[in-house]
Amino acid sequence: MSEEAKSNARDVLEQLAANIRTGGVEIVDLTHTLAPDFPVMALPPEFGQCQPFRIEEVSRYDGRGPGWYWNNISMSEHAGTHFDAPAHWISGRNLPGNTVDDLPLDKLIGPAVVLDFSAESAADEDFLLTQAHLETWEEANGVIDDGTWVLFRTDWSKHLGIAKYLNLRDDGAHSPGPAPDAMEFLVKERGIVGFGVETVGTDAGQGSHLSPPYPAHYILHGHGRYGLQCLNALDRLPVRGAVIFAAPLKIRNGSGSPLRVLAMVPARGEKPT
Amino acid sequence: MTEPVGPPPKKDPQKVTRPPELPPLQRSRASLKQAAWAARGVFALQVCGVCGKASYPPRDACPGCLSDDLDFRPVDDRGTVIAQTVIRSSTDLYFRQRTPWRVGLVRLDCGLSIVAHLHGDVAVPGPVRMVAKLDKSGNAVLMALPATESDNMTDDPEYRELTASPRHRRILVTDGRGAVGQAVANALSKAGASAIFVGVAEPWKPFSGMDGLKAIPNVQTLPLDLTDTTSVTELAGEIGGKTDIIVNTADHVRPGGIFGDGSLVTSRDAFDVNVFGLQRLAQAFGPAMRGRGADGINSAAAFVDVLPVYALANLPDFGFYSASAAARHSLLQCLRAEMRAGGVRVMSVFTGPVDDDWRQHVPPPKVAPGQIAKVVVRALEEGIEESFVGDIATDIAARFLDDPKVLERELSQ
Repeated sequence: MSEEAKSNARDVLEQLAANIRTGGVEIVDLTHTLAPDFPVMALPPEFGQCQPFRIEEVSRYDGRGPGWYWNNISMSEHAGTHFDAPAHWISGRNLPGNTVDDLPLDKLIGPAVVLDFSAESAADEDFLLTQAHLETWEEANGVIDDGTWVLFRTDWSKHLGIAKYLNLRDDGAHSPGPAPDAMEFLVKERGIVGFGVETVGTDAGQGSHLSPPYPAHYILHGHGRYGLQCLNALDRLPVRGAVIFAAPLKIRNGSGSPLRVLAMVPARGEKPT
Repeated sequence: MTEPVGPPPKKDPQKVTRPPELPPLQRSRASLKQAAWAARGVFALQVCGVCGKASYPPRDACPGCLSDDLDFRPVDDRGTVIAQTVIRSSTDLYFRQRTPWRVGLVRLDCGLSIVAHLHGDVAVPGPVRMVAKLDKSGNAVLMALPATESDNMTDDPEYRELTASPRHRRILVTDGRGAVGQAVANALSKAGASAIFVGVAEPWKPFSGMDGLKAIPNVQTLPLDLTDTTSVTELAGEIGGKTDIIVNTADHVRPGGIFGDGSLVTSRDAFDVNVFGLQRLAQAFGPAMRGRGADGINSAAAFVDVLPVYALANLPDFGFYSASAAARHSLLQCLRAEMRAGGVRVMSVFTGPVDDDWRQHVPPPKVAPGQIAKVVVRALEEGIEESFVGDIATDIAARFLDDPKVLERELSQ
């Protein structure tokens, strides 16, 4: 690296820090609070189950520990707002660096675009995002760059706390997600880093009936890309221009982990709600 | 006839809650054997193996022939009351709060005369039916009831001390998602419970029977997940002070033994519901219930746990499930001791295999949820500490009493 590049990087970081301090760069929390009543993926009961977040108080300035407060926590790697590594899916099982302890760090901080399909998702709970939708979107908003996180806004996070969040019925869950051709397009034609959603999985509620089943999981992870689920506050991000920080816990051979997802965005000059 | 017990008035918030006093606690080992029979609802007396004479109160040698071959046996429960008295004052703290107390002398058809608690509807002299029940200290006492059922018989104040009647009581049923919990809620509603709080875990997931459950009179569904300490604590904060009876119907059942795929994850889930769930429930609700053991008509009365009879011996096809049941059984013994100070009964309802989705491959006889509900209500109404639902549970209990080691082999064949 040249001296000029080094100096330039120093300037960029200084400016970033200064802007964060003065509020020119706003930090948006895309994370839901980890709580025991946060729903997790429902699987057929004969399969192993996803353990929801649980918390047991160890002491709280009392006889169990007079001067300190702390808890034991337990959960699935896939509870709450969480990260899916390629090893999570069978299609990604043989890829190098496919577990959370072995991810290239430069992929964990990067630009994000937000595809707003909240109106479509409100109109159709089984809305499928297709390649055609993506092409139309690119005509209006420009091409999705290589190395980008694509965040799929459905406003589904606003259903948290009511049955509609999982939207389970006798025939399974009903929530929006990507069609196989959209995933093929994003991964192969656009080289995205990962795909982030507001729903409990990157796939549509009825994703098991698509071909391949669970196309987001299958195609993303089969190509070493990542998933982010149960995101919050995507409506506070610009279509382009956000940089997200999404680093999972460093669990040996882990398939994913709950995490804090932060987005840096140019301030809109308004207070967060 | 007995004056029917009406719904209690709302509690006066300025009045001190009556502390739960207990009748005399210490008993001889021979007496505790009688308590064991009474715990299962059986009227049994010591009968001498040499001279055949029945005796009471329990002792170590036969009063007829001095033989020490004295075993408890179910005996004829009929008799005639020949004299009575009413105790109007006592120095004992428990009875002092409960006078007047009727006591009678009963000549039993099996050949001896005994002093027993006397139901208000028994005419003197007159025929009676004897029952052995546990008092609030968990000791066996004998009571003479009318030979044929009288009007509102179970509302007799002395009889109510020996039972945990669901009538006018506010009852928490822990698992409304399951068929057993739904059947129990329904049966308790019919038995006169004034409020039935039914816990529903993960209410955002629909479940079969939901509409039927909500339509049961006096039922109120509330979020409750026994695997989540926060959820249990929050519910206790809401209704803990007015929960008179708990019926824990939550049960995590999965087939499989130690060598099964993923058995550690699944058995952890099972223990989290069946053992730690019970513990969370007891920790959150128990202390308040124990403090309200003598709080009037709707005092805290009982903690009922519905558990598989494989708590007594392991069924290897459901190996870790049985292990969780054994831990549950042990925890109930601990809870029984801890709740005794409040006079709150801890009742175990052991069931044979329930007819549900997880036991489709188990051959009959199986137990229907309605059968369990019936036994739960009976346990409460009659104050039975250990009940067994269905032929398999009854049979396993008998084999367990005979020799647990033989039972272990029988279940593993």
